[in-house]
Amino acid sequence: MVTEITFDNIEQLAIGSSFLGTGGGGDPYLGSLLCREAIAKYGPVKVVAVDELKDEDNVFIAAALGAPTVMIEKLFSIEDQHRAVETLERFIGRKASAIISAEIGGCNSMMPVAYAAMRGLPIVDGDGMGRAFPALQMTSFNIEGVACAPMTIADEHGNSVLYQTTTGLKAEELSRPVAAAMGASVCMSCYPMTGAEARRAAIPKTLSGAIEIGEAISRSGDPRSPIDRLVAALRAHEYYKDAAVIFRGKITGLERDTSKGWVFGNCTISAMNGAGSAELKFQNENLLVTVDGKLRCVVPDLVTIVDAETAHAIPTERLAYGQRVAVVACSAPPLLTTARALDVVGPQCFGLDEQYAPVATLIGDLL
Amino acid sequence: MRIGVDVGGTNTDAVLLSGKKVLGAVKRPTSKDVSSGISDAINALISECGIQSDEIRAVMIGTTHFTNAFIQRRELVPVFAIRIGFPAGRGIPPYSSWPDDLKDKVCGGSRMIAGGFEFDGREISPLDEAAIADCVAEARSKGIQQIAVSCIFSQLNPAHEVRASEIVGQLAPEMEVSISSELGRVGLLERENAGIMNASLRPLAAMITAAFARALADLGIEAPFYISQNDGTLMSADYMQRYPVLTFAAGPTNSLRGAAWLTGAKDAIVVDIGGTTSDVGVLTGGFPRQSTVHVDVGGVRTNFRMPDILSIGLGGGSRVRECDGEVTVGPDSVGFRLLEDGLIFGGEVLTTSDIAVASGLAKFGDPERISGLSPNLVAQARKVIAGLIDDAIDRMKTAPGDIAMILVGGGSVLVSETPEGVSEMLRPEHAGVANAIGAAIGQVSGEIDRIYNIPDPQGRAAALEDAEAQAKAQAIAAGAEPGSVEIVNIEAVPLQYLPGGATRVVCRAVGDLAMAE
Repeated sequence: MVTEITFDNIEQLAIGSSFLGTGGGGDPYLGSLLCREAIAKYGPVKVVAVDELKDEDNVFIAAALGAPTVMIEKLFSIEDQHRAVETLERFIGRKASAIISAEIGGCNSMMPVAYAAMRGLPIVDGDGMGRAFPALQMTSFNIEGVACAPMTIADEHGNSVLYQTTTGLKAEELSRPVAAAMGASVCMSCYPMTGAEARRAAIPKTLSGAIEIGEAISRSGDPRSPIDRLVAALRAHEYYKDAAVIFRGKITGLERDTSKGWVFGNCTISAMNGAGSAELKFQNENLLVTVDGKLRCVVPDLVTIVDAETAHAIPTERLAYGQRVAVVACSAPPLLTTARALDVVGPQCFGLDEQYAPVATLIGDLL
Repeated sequence: MRIGVDVGGTNTDAVLLSGKKVLGAVKRPTSKDVSSGISDAINALISECGIQSDEIRAVMIGTTHFTNAFIQRRELVPVFAIRIGFPAGRGIPPYSSWPDDLKDKVCGGSRMIAGGFEFDGREISPLDEAAIADCVAEARSKGIQQIAVSCIFSQLNPAHEVRASEIVGQLAPEMEVSISSELGRVGLLERENAGIMNASLRPLAAMITAAFARALADLGIEAPFYISQNDGTLMSADYMQRYPVLTFAAGPTNSLRGAAWLTGAKDAIVVDIGGTTSDVGVLTGGFPRQSTVHVDVGGVRTNFRMPDILSIGLGGGSRVRECDGEVTVGPDSVGFRLLEDGLIFGGEVLTTSDIAVASGLAKFGDPERISGLSPNLVAQARKVIAGLIDDAIDRMKTAPGDIAMILVGGGSVLVSETPEGVSEMLRPEHAGVANAIGAAIGQVSGEIDRIYNIPDPQGRAAALEDAEAQAKAQAIAAGAEPGSVEIVNIEAVPLQYLPGGATRVVCRAVGDLAMAE
């Protein structure tokens, strides 16, 4: 049971959230430094469970928006994050009483923790994705009817922009060019919620889940291999439980192409003994994987390429020919696999022809 | 014929190679001034092999001196860090990821000043030239001579870093400036760290380069000398003086390459036990496994290309202590003073070498001097040493099954029994000088890492062509035989989320060192 975010579990959160990033979401390392600075200055951050939120709570999102390759140059500051949240608080006339992550996968697991430390507010044990997705509308908040707008973004110069858009998709469309004009690495706040709304729309237990996964991967003195420990931790979790290593091998092919600001690509992994291969398709995050032509996992279920030895997730940008890897798949939170959810985060939303099928039915032989 | 030299914290090794043959190998203690140890070793090698100094075509020197200095926080000077890019990035200032003890030694202050670039080349702010003058004044008032300059997106456009360097040069000619864009890749914090590390080591680098040159001149060797870099290739002496940080992890790279060369093994764990540290690496397909994640040196994160090495503070000179019945080994070492400070050599410090002699694993020094050691202490120390090695191997293994292990390095006498999880333990001939052999088989390389704006497919081809040409030109400038230069790696990674085709291109060319035979 995770009750506080401290110096001791920040690193585990970083490792676990990288796994849940399914190849995207950005490197949580810088966020972990920001958290360290913030926790050193303001003290540990209390964790509040989703079902402990009161109706009248005001739950605010803190998030970085931009290109990971730009973020590693421009870094972050919680003062800029504060400007984004403050602008939104002023506009809707309510003050935050808790902070939540929009996206537990990758770097956006971290900014909310650092910001909650600064504000002296609790962080919610949950998020809006249970993984990482490439677009603003792809959240359980949106699926469950919470509006993305009003939304704010802020840069480092003191500029902030407020959006009142009709849909999350429109917010996504209109914010990207402004974010690019601001330098492609900005702070944002969106989906402002009451406690009652957050209880309905947030995916619970993903913050503690990320910490448990990170703890399993990095634990020393356990005779099992890191990958075995990772799979065991996933199987012990309420949602990620249908989990298995679906392929092991070496990266033998890699194609990446950019269009409309996204990275589309394919990665081929061949077995070390030459028998069989896996094909992985990604759009920032990994979308689907087939083994010898047979579908094994498709979005919104999670598929992550991990280092064959350390079990640390390898983001799509760091994939390289010759790497020894394992492909780990697991089930998505149930909020993401309802019929309504699949209209927002299902395979067709990424232009795929494949129909969604739960990973448990695709890898039944491995469970 | 060429000579490979490895200057470790404890021993200086030299080998003479001709083509694929080891003609001779010697080991001498590293001297405090470094140069007389090199002279001793090369002199001994030349007389052992019966050759003339004018038969030598090149001398390749690998040294762990800088890595050790950094890890042990020795011989480092304070550095004033200037980061250009304010107000961006101010939540994570320079040195914020550094361990406290290292920060105390190296951090001579820092400032974040206005300037820097966006991903698309626009300025974040104009460069605040007046602030640079303030930085120089502050550094001068503290007596600091080394400046490290970093700048947001300096990989894309180094103009602000270069201008800052010029201003420092004009205001304070006595100061030396290390520029992040010349050292690291995309990733401000890691690149900035590389610049600061480099700056903290430059006075030591100047001393070491002069010592190498003097040692060779005294021996009448006129052939050029080269220094091993951490990617297994070589750099000139002049280059090393400006970029000592590029030698980081060159020792382990050389020992891995040397171990592969000596045994012909393609897949194995290599444990290289020196005087100060043990480096554990993995050969896959005959080459060092590269780290897929960032690399920490002495607790500081960097992003150079490096082999995936686990370095532990265990060597032949590691100090052994007993406190309240508990025995500890390392991580500090008496280093090159082993022959004076070790008990068996007449000194007063208990080291792992004393334990090895007391256990009958090695015969050197004066065993009488340690006859009084308690057998319990010796047994406990051996257990701690074996535990350190077992743990390191376990952490580096790629698969749960047993794997072959190659044991190299001068401190390899510390290991007597095959460690856990190892199928067979190989101790090749010349294992004690694998580092020096690895240095002597070096090549030279050129690498560029830049962001190109690629609007269309034709633009892509032109960008890749430009990257290849630049990498090849760098390799040739570094001393490669033009005809032998090949592109060994080219990657074009589009930057996520951005319209307009901003693409990071990393290209690396490697060629054989041009040598008149």
